[in-house]
Amino acid sequence: MSTALQDPRVVETPNYLNQEYGWRSWLFTKDHKRIAVLYIISITVMFFIGGIFASLIRVELLTPQGDLVNSDTYNKFFTMHGIVMVFFFLIPSIPATLGNFFVPMMIGAKDLAFPRINLLSWYIYIGGAAFALAAIVLGGVDTGWTFYTPFSSTYSNTFVITAAVGVFIAGFSSILTGLNFIVTVHKMRAPGMTWGRLPLFVWANYATSLIQVLGTPVVAITLALVGLERAFHIGIFDPAIGGDPILFQHMFWFYSHPAVYIMILPGMGVISELVTCFSRKGIFGYSFIAGSSLGIAIIGFLVWGHHMFVTGMSMYASLYFSLLTMLVAVPSAIKVFNWTATMFRGSISFDTPMLYAFGFIGLFTIGGLTGLFLGTLGVDVHVTDTYFVVAHFHYVMVGGMVLAYLGGMHYWWPKMTGRLYPEGWAKFSALLVFAGFNLTFFPQFILGYLGQPRRYHAYSPEFQVLNVMSTAGASVLGLGYIIPLIYFLWSMKYGPKAGNNPWRATGLEWQTSSPPPTYNFETTPIVTEEAYAYHDQKETHVG
Amino acid sequence: MQLPLFPEAASAIASSVDYLYFYLTAVTIVMTALIFAAVFFFALKYRRRSEHEIPPPIHGSLKLEIAWSVIPFLVMLTFFWWGAQIFFANASPPPDAMDIYAVGKQWMWKIQYPGGQREINELHVPINQPIKVTLASEDVIHSFFIPAFRVKHDVVPGRYDIMWFTATKPGRYHLFCAEYCGTEHSGMVGWVTVMTQNDYENWLAGGGSEGTMAQQGERLFGQLGCATCHQLDQQGRGPILRGVYGSRIQLQSGQTVLADDAFIRESILNPNARVVAGYRPDVMPTFQGQITEEQLLQLIVYIKSLAIQGAPPVSQQTGVAATPNQNPNTGEKK
Amino acid sequence: MAQQFDSATLGMWVFLLTEIMFFGGMFGAYTVYRGLYPEAFASTSQYMNPLFGAMNTAVLIVSSLTMALGVRAARLGEQKALQLFLIFTMIFGLAFLVIKAFEYHEHWVDMKVPLFGGHWDYSEAPQFARQAQILFCFYFFMTGFHALHMVVGVGIMTTIFFMARRGMFSKDYFTPVEVSGLYWHFVDIVWIFLFPLLYLIGNARKLV
Repeated sequence: MSTALQDPRVVETPNYLNQEYGWRSWLFTKDHKRIAVLYIISITVMFFIGGIFASLIRVELLTPQGDLVNSDTYNKFFTMHGIVMVFFFLIPSIPATLGNFFVPMMIGAKDLAFPRINLLSWYIYIGGAAFALAAIVLGGVDTGWTFYTPFSSTYSNTFVITAAVGVFIAGFSSILTGLNFIVTVHKMRAPGMTWGRLPLFVWANYATSLIQVLGTPVVAITLALVGLERAFHIGIFDPAIGGDPILFQHMFWFYSHPAVYIMILPGMGVISELVTCFSRKGIFGYSFIAGSSLGIAIIGFLVWGHHMFVTGMSMYASLYFSLLTMLVAVPSAIKVFNWTATMFRGSISFDTPMLYAFGFIGLFTIGGLTGLFLGTLGVDVHVTDTYFVVAHFHYVMVGGMVLAYLGGMHYWWPKMTGRLYPEGWAKFSALLVFAGFNLTFFPQFILGYLGQPRRYHAYSPEFQVLNVMSTAGASVLGLGYIIPLIYFLWSMKYGPKAGNNPWRATGLEWQTSSPPPTYNFETTPIVTEEAYAYHDQKETHVG
Repeated sequence: MQLPLFPEAASAIASSVDYLYFYLTAVTIVMTALIFAAVFFFALKYRRRSEHEIPPPIHGSLKLEIAWSVIPFLVMLTFFWWGAQIFFANASPPPDAMDIYAVGKQWMWKIQYPGGQREINELHVPINQPIKVTLASEDVIHSFFIPAFRVKHDVVPGRYDIMWFTATKPGRYHLFCAEYCGTEHSGMVGWVTVMTQNDYENWLAGGGSEGTMAQQGERLFGQLGCATCHQLDQQGRGPILRGVYGSRIQLQSGQTVLADDAFIRESILNPNARVVAGYRPDVMPTFQGQITEEQLLQLIVYIKSLAIQGAPPVSQQTGVAATPNQNPNTGEKK
Repeated sequence: MAQQFDSATLGMWVFLLTEIMFFGGMFGAYTVYRGLYPEAFASTSQYMNPLFGAMNTAVLIVSSLTMALGVRAARLGEQKALQLFLIFTMIFGLAFLVIKAFEYHEHWVDMKVPLFGGHWDYSEAPQFARQAQILFCFYFFMTGFHALHMVVGVGIMTTIFFMARRGMFSKDYFTPVEVSGLYWHFVDIVWIFLFPLLYLIGNARKLV
């Protein structure tokens, strides 16, 4: 039973969706909300493409032999699954969709600081995606999403440069989005919206933007060097002429570790919004959650070497990276504790977004703690490069990030579209996702400790039962993704109309109509309360 | 239906790793259970009973924040500490470790023993003897992984990496390549057979038909023309090699370096990189591209065997390289 | 509007920060290799032409001066001065690129371009050939990416110039000029780091 309130009085007011029609009004829009919708569509497409590769991987792994496809093809499957999911889904997802839509609204602004750059960001994303898709269609890439040299620079016979160009271009989309958010949050806050009153979703996106802006250029130059090496046969990373393949790994992980915080921080921001709304209570430890977002962003730049403990890196470097990895776990733990504490003596409702928040808190805890296994030197030697790592990062990325994304989509769907989704189906899908996810990835922890290495097309027969369980889980998980796609689309035409504030949440985005007008607010809001001031909510009625 | 849930432990370090793993798992289970329980309990106890209820705000508690930051961090420091200890132990092979040489190449492991035995994708080791594996790659990065021993090390082209272990339980265990290396990465697997001392000696007696690694190295030394400039006992155009291995060498640049495996390999592949004091650069040709990683290792074992003046040269011995204190074929101390 | 000016300049500063990280990655990798192969590196410095480098440095510094004067003119609403200084800035920018072209040509003739099959020959010091190849690659990448940014800069100046001619700027609105100025100064500063790193070390005697 949903607690969302339906308002029979709402009529079709002019809003950002119906203000203008025609493909030109969409492809040349400067409205951050329309751009967010463009991103939602493209990111969903890329997600399902990445998901198809995941399905192919799991089907192949039903049997120990490599019998569905040949080795080269399988290697392309996991590479492209990784590239598409990391660079074209996870990195842009929440900032470019929910962030784009709601950061300006949450601070009371009409739009982002640079609306045209926002649109440019989307076009750049599409350009990058075009190259990535070209690489796939032309024949694929097989280097792994990590592009390790010298395999990627000298030995691979696949479309490495095409894929690298796609990632390079997509990186600029990420940089511009980050730049836009930073300037927006600094310069466009409505009167009274001090830093201390910002919703935590804004803090999360701000910290994410810092990482995007500082980290992405490094992976850009790293991939540029690999591409140049392949094109001109130079050998910067070629050991035969004195190049250092481990230098590539340092440069690559210098970005790619902070990148995982780009992926998870916005998700954590969503959870802060969901937990407060569905506990109808202010967040416990506001400054600690805001500060921990910044802490994760900063410390996240200092731990990249924990991906390289078995490469022969110096003992002292290894000790340093292991210690810092322990440190970076602390701000994440702080968030989990604060969210739980927010629920204490709250008024908890079990709407779908909250179910996703529950799932996030549990699964992110497991995922984050297993990261500590990997950060612990003695254990890492055994489990690195095995399925243990695969399980760990899927717990944080899918069990964490994707659940947060789905939770946020369900939470803000009524605001974005003016429609309510069917709650029964939504709850059912959330359960499918949770169950399917755990069945898919928990066995992989066991497989990893047993010793099944990553990126294996064929595996030793005694690992089969666990692999079959994993594939079974993947089917359930897949269903859990497809059903929302269907009912969200269905709801746009047939869903009951939502009022301004179906969840009775605080936050400026709920003070305007659903869907919002193109200029967000009739008049610039003036902010007088702190975030999540639920206790100040008077007897509210819809609208 | 096989459903293994935990790997066998067959090395001296395995149980330490496993205990640390159990500790990490226990903490994880406790933390997860606490969080799950708290969320579950709060959700139930504080479920919304009326549409209009507004719970009173609770802003936070500095004490609680400090507590749940510091205490978990201290627990994590124990992880770090224990993990670092194991890592340290793994880093330095004991001086009496027996040498084995493993070359990774797309897509197979080529193992060489000092006694000249060679295997592909198979490794035979005696029980309770520290084994030091020198790892080299012919092409891309590989990784030498023996799950039952809980050891793994990347094999990076362009240099040597060292890994060591002591097997403690006879049996046959998986050997996997654990760094993606191309098409047949998942085919780059093999078996490690751990044998009792007796069985191992018998196996060794089946020996290398081409002689010991040192003997093979000596043959290469002649075939490749090294002897032209590097004479054993008198000064030639190049430095004398007897007794060089393991000593400190003064370079032309003034620096001193240790003449270890990596130095010798570099001197053969890129002789001008570090020229010995008193010799001219650009005289020794490079052998890059003319010699495989396996052959390099044979040469190194040969050069290692060139003891100080007085010891008989290798070819006069019965296939035993003259390394101090240890008979490499049986692992026994002399 | 002051808020727009503030936003635009903050945006440009953030963008320049990303450029620092971009070039920084390259500088970092270059430094690693230089540390690994100091002698090979020293052997490459004789092929760098510090005279060209110094001329380029002078040209860029003067162009930054004319740019700064242009921004000042914009602030004061002096249209003609603004256009004049923009032209000068572009001229100096183009001069930089022309000098660079001469320089690259010299490398080409000397067979020091490892990027295209046959234009690489290091037989005069073969013991360093392998690593010198890496170092020359970095030389071309670093100066090449810098030159690319200069080309973009000249393009931006052209655009700003035509905007100025259309009378779009005044005392109250000169944000694009300010922001382009920031970009131009940044590209200049990158060169100020490149010049000593690539040209001066090992070559100071050649200039004196």
